[in-house]
Amino acid sequence: MSGHAHHGPPSAPSAVAVTPPATAKAPEVSSWKLLATLAIGGAAAGLLVVAVYKATLPTIEQYAAAKEATAVREVLKAPARWDTLYLQKGVLTKSPTSGEDRKGLPKAYLGFDADGKELGAAVTAQEPGFQEEVLLMIGFEPSSGTLIGFKVLAEKETPGLGDKIERDTSFVSQFAGRIAPLKGVKTRNATDPSQVQTITGATISSRAVIRIINHAVERWQPLLAAYEKGRTK
Amino acid sequence: MTTALAHSPAAALDFVPGAPPPATLRADIWRGIAAENPVLVQMLGMCPTMAVTNVLANGIAMGVATTFVLVGSGLFVSLLRKYIAHEVRITSYILIIATFVTLADLLLAASFPEISKALGPFIPLIVANCLLLGRAEAFAAKVGPVRAVADGMGMGIGFTLSLAAMSAIRELLGRGSLLGFDILGPRWEPWVFMVLPAGGFFTLGLLLITAAWIDELRRRRRALEAK
Repeated sequence: MSGHAHHGPPSAPSAVAVTPPATAKAPEVSSWKLLATLAIGGAAAGLLVVAVYKATLPTIEQYAAAKEATAVREVLKAPARWDTLYLQKGVLTKSPTSGEDRKGLPKAYLGFDADGKELGAAVTAQEPGFQEEVLLMIGFEPSSGTLIGFKVLAEKETPGLGDKIERDTSFVSQFAGRIAPLKGVKTRNATDPSQVQTITGATISSRAVIRIINHAVERWQPLLAAYEKGRTK
Repeated sequence: MTTALAHSPAAALDFVPGAPPPATLRADIWRGIAAENPVLVQMLGMCPTMAVTNVLANGIAMGVATTFVLVGSGLFVSLLRKYIAHEVRITSYILIIATFVTLADLLLAASFPEISKALGPFIPLIVANCLLLGRAEAFAAKVGPVRAVADGMGMGIGFTLSLAAMSAIRELLGRGSLLGFDILGPRWEPWVFMVLPAGGFFTLGLLLITAAWIDELRRRRRALEAK
């Protein structure tokens, strides 16, 4: 059929003469075809991404949960078990009303030893450090504000200087037993339980850690006290 | 290396619009590793090259993720080249590339969470790496799927090797370690600036000088042989 059309004009004697114009200029394509190409492509790509997302989600969530559990264990000095409390409408509760929103709610972990005695609470807090936000998990006794420990969950401080807030063990370990609100000092007076020695060369990062801890204790202490009150009633 | 390069004619180095000249598969792969190395010769993808090469593990992970996207997008761009209308080709290539980048991001997060966290937004940003769109437009869209995959492999390996070289130098001098293992010992005072952005520029400069020097030596030898 197409043969008739091509051989129509006598000025085009061979196929060689017919083909060049076709390749030299691409024919007009209708907008609908372009739209269809992108729609089909987009739908296929979307399906593929959703499939892989569904397949990898459990592993990614499992990892996040395991990491959280490790951090809670570390900052509460190995509790036998802990309750996860959700902050909903300004009140801490073990069982938030809407189950689906659970992931987005701020959380506190209340740790207990083997005898059921309360060890303390662990909370996460995030504030600017030297370069970017520093995310900490902080363990403390809610009634007295005494710190148990803290762990850096995420930081982008200067390597070799600011990242000592995570790596310098003498800096990290001194927080245990200190009482918030903390004060950062260059040389510590051993008798003052609120003083914390800042790291030389990482003063801003050290102060950021102290500020984050102070704010977190200030924020969570009344919430945890209210929860205790409601529980003992 | 020299035997493989012999397959690729010197004329292939000159960019001609239209289809790339025919070459053996080995030449297609080797092109990206040596003669047209993405980082050292084409100077594409400088952003991830600077940003993630502070430690070796990050550099390798970035290279492998980019290779995955290069091969995957090259294959699909080539397979669909007859169905993608000229007018929407860039949009379609970006769609294909973005899909593979998302897959790479998810798979990395599920298999190597620590590295995925360290690389942060730089994996999603592969989509904006001009190397990807460049290979799709200049190569994959004009050849069959086998050649497109070979080219993606070669470019990916070349990219990975460059990033690995850069990050090995930076981690070794900046932290005294390689892949986290202490190499230079406790008496080594780390050159902190090597893991900071300045060290990235410094190392890249050194590598570019070295690559240009090797290239120059080879050109002189070739000129002598021709006489």
